Amino acid sequence: MIADLIHFFTTNWLGQGIVILAQCLAVTVPLLVAVAYMTYVDRKVWASIQLRRGPNVVGPFGLLQPFADGLKLVLKETIIPSSANGVLFIIAPMIAFMTALVAWAVVPFDDGWVIADINVGILYLFAISSLGVYGIIIAGWASNSKYAFLGALRSAAQMVSYEVSIGFVLITVLLCVGSLNLSKVVLAQSGWFWNWFWLPLLPMFVIFFVSALAETNRTPFDLPMSEAELVAGFHTEYSSMTFGLFFLGEYANMILLSALGAVLFLGGWMSPVPYAPFTWIPGVVWFALKIAFLLFVFSWTKGTLPRYRYDQLMRLGWKVFLPVSLAWVAITAAVLQFGGWLPKP
Amino acid sequence: MASLDRTARAFLLSELVAGFALTLKYMFKPKVTVNYPYEKGPLGPRFRGEHALRRYPNGEERCIACKLCEAICPAQAITIEAEPRDDGSRRTTRYDIDMTKCIYCGFCQEACPVDAIVEGPNFEFSTETREELMYNKDKLLANGDRWEPVIAANLQADALYR
Amino acid sequence: MLLQALAFYVFAFVVMASAAMVVVSRNPVYSVLFLILAFFNAAALFVLIGAEFIAMILVIVYVGAVAVLFLFVVMMLDINLTQLREGFLKYLPVGALIGVVLLAEILLALGVIGGDSTSLTALAKAGPQVQAVDNTRAIGRVLYTQYFYLFQVAGVVLLVAMIGAIVLTLRSRPGVRRQRISDQLYRPKDQAVTVVKVPSGEGVR
Repeated sequence: MIADLIHFFTTNWLGQGIVILAQCLAVTVPLLVAVAYMTYVDRKVWASIQLRRGPNVVGPFGLLQPFADGLKLVLKETIIPSSANGVLFIIAPMIAFMTALVAWAVVPFDDGWVIADINVGILYLFAISSLGVYGIIIAGWASNSKYAFLGALRSAAQMVSYEVSIGFVLITVLLCVGSLNLSKVVLAQSGWFWNWFWLPLLPMFVIFFVSALAETNRTPFDLPMSEAELVAGFHTEYSSMTFGLFFLGEYANMILLSALGAVLFLGGWMSPVPYAPFTWIPGVVWFALKIAFLLFVFSWTKGTLPRYRYDQLMRLGWKVFLPVSLAWVAITAAVLQFGGWLPKP
Repeated sequence: MASLDRTARAFLLSELVAGFALTLKYMFKPKVTVNYPYEKGPLGPRFRGEHALRRYPNGEERCIACKLCEAICPAQAITIEAEPRDDGSRRTTRYDIDMTKCIYCGFCQEACPVDAIVEGPNFEFSTETREELMYNKDKLLANGDRWEPVIAANLQADALYR
Repeated sequence: MLLQALAFYVFAFVVMASAAMVVVSRNPVYSVLFLILAFFNAAALFVLIGAEFIAMILVIVYVGAVAVLFLFVVMMLDINLTQLREGFLKYLPVGALIGVVLLAEILLALGVIGGDSTSLTALAKAGPQVQAVDNTRAIGRVLYTQYFYLFQVAGVVLLVAMIGAIVLTLRSRPGVRRQRISDQLYRPKDQAVTVVKVPSGEGVR
């Protein structure tokens, strides 16, 4: 009987389909819950930095606030502006949300806990994250509103610029690992927490984090939706669940880039101390803790820094990060080559 | 040496680190805001909140349908229709305030010769639909009955300065 | 196997259909969006034949960067559609000619015409065995050995193009006051701030 079931789920295409579907649900459902609570944590962190209380009314400590907000978004009326391009207007938030979710297919949660353990995992993540900009551009154009369009243009230029430096950061990590597979990237960082790549590649870690802020349109780089001059940027015309999808996608993207940061620089599912009591804790918990830490830094940054001016943003991307990351690629390559630390294939 | 120091500080992002440390410190300070739905800040007697139509102590409504409030309303939020009542006194048959238009300037209560229309101390009257914000006479009188003790006390407290 | 064949036909059909829509669609923004769809499905086709590195690079470079800039430009332009359609029939013969040439090249590469000597299969035999290593490594091995010179030349061509673009657009205007951020940051506090004791009724002199 059990052998039959195993046979069905491993060989039959229907069985395999069910397994894949179950895996996808096992990733997306916790992810969406995490997104919901990320909005709560965000608001709590900003509130405490500004000596406020934050949401504390709905449920104990306001813990049900994300669901109240979600319910409000679902129940509101979806308004499609009469001069907007209807089809693209609806597709745009779907793209933004979908690209934030499909990228999770290659993220390793623990040793072997990954939906698709493909050889070019990092490139896949990079490719999907570069697609996220389409949701924003299409939204800006389809809204047929000048604020939305300006927001979309800013966002496009900003994301293309910072993808360059993220690309170089990825290359330095790849040089140290010798593989594009994310599981192998984590395995290359085994040992004590100072063996993780954040310390040997510290400048790259900083550049990665700042570029991640720019990629996810977070403060201090939230120019695409800067409320002071663009109302709400590219999602000015969106309401109800169409806006909700943008919002969810934005937070899912933040969690995704934190996960990428955890995999590339903080040793993924590895425990910081490779000895007994710490290694009993399952790897997925360590991974979640590392993501949570990076997300906290995201919120902390938003509570601390003011918004960049657009020319300052471009200057930072092209005149500071690009040369520094390029130089660091060369330095890393030289050290690996002449130090004899080049990873063996 | 000074330039070396400056360069080192710039590359080690010392200013960023200092700023982040400051916000982290503030995160653990006691909160200064009131715990709003459970505690509320004090309101002055001149606070202009939700409208109410008052009555005399014998239960007779104060409004004499002079339409001064309708005339002075800068947002044209007030609509009044009037007819003589059976006992010959002039009273409103319709007294509507569109709360979505109202700008809470308080001119209506200034214009009123009999202190009938007042802006009470209530500011928590949000609704789920627009329709509920179109107040009619019944709603305004009900407000008056509900808030009369507070409104009377406020008018008394403010009377010294008028 | 059936699933793969099905996937191939779906992706191939979408590539062809969206490529046709690039030419036919009335709105240039739609054209670019269909172009992106075509790129994307071409990447999927690459994945199907096991060339996942090429597929990802196609998405990153073309979809992620080049098409964004296309879209950027096309959205900013205020294009008169009727005017744009006028030349369609006039340029059709030239377009068809280019299409025929490209088709001939593809057939040549596949060895349908001209036999085995010009086909890609003959060239592919010179490369490393793809099955032995993953294809990222295989491309790296050929690119940095056999085709190293061509690779460098391609880099130089891109560099020249970049410098050319900068030379064409860079204007040095006199009298422009630029922000010097490092100067601002390095200014010490005692040069930037003075504490003044203001006597009452006299103000700051």
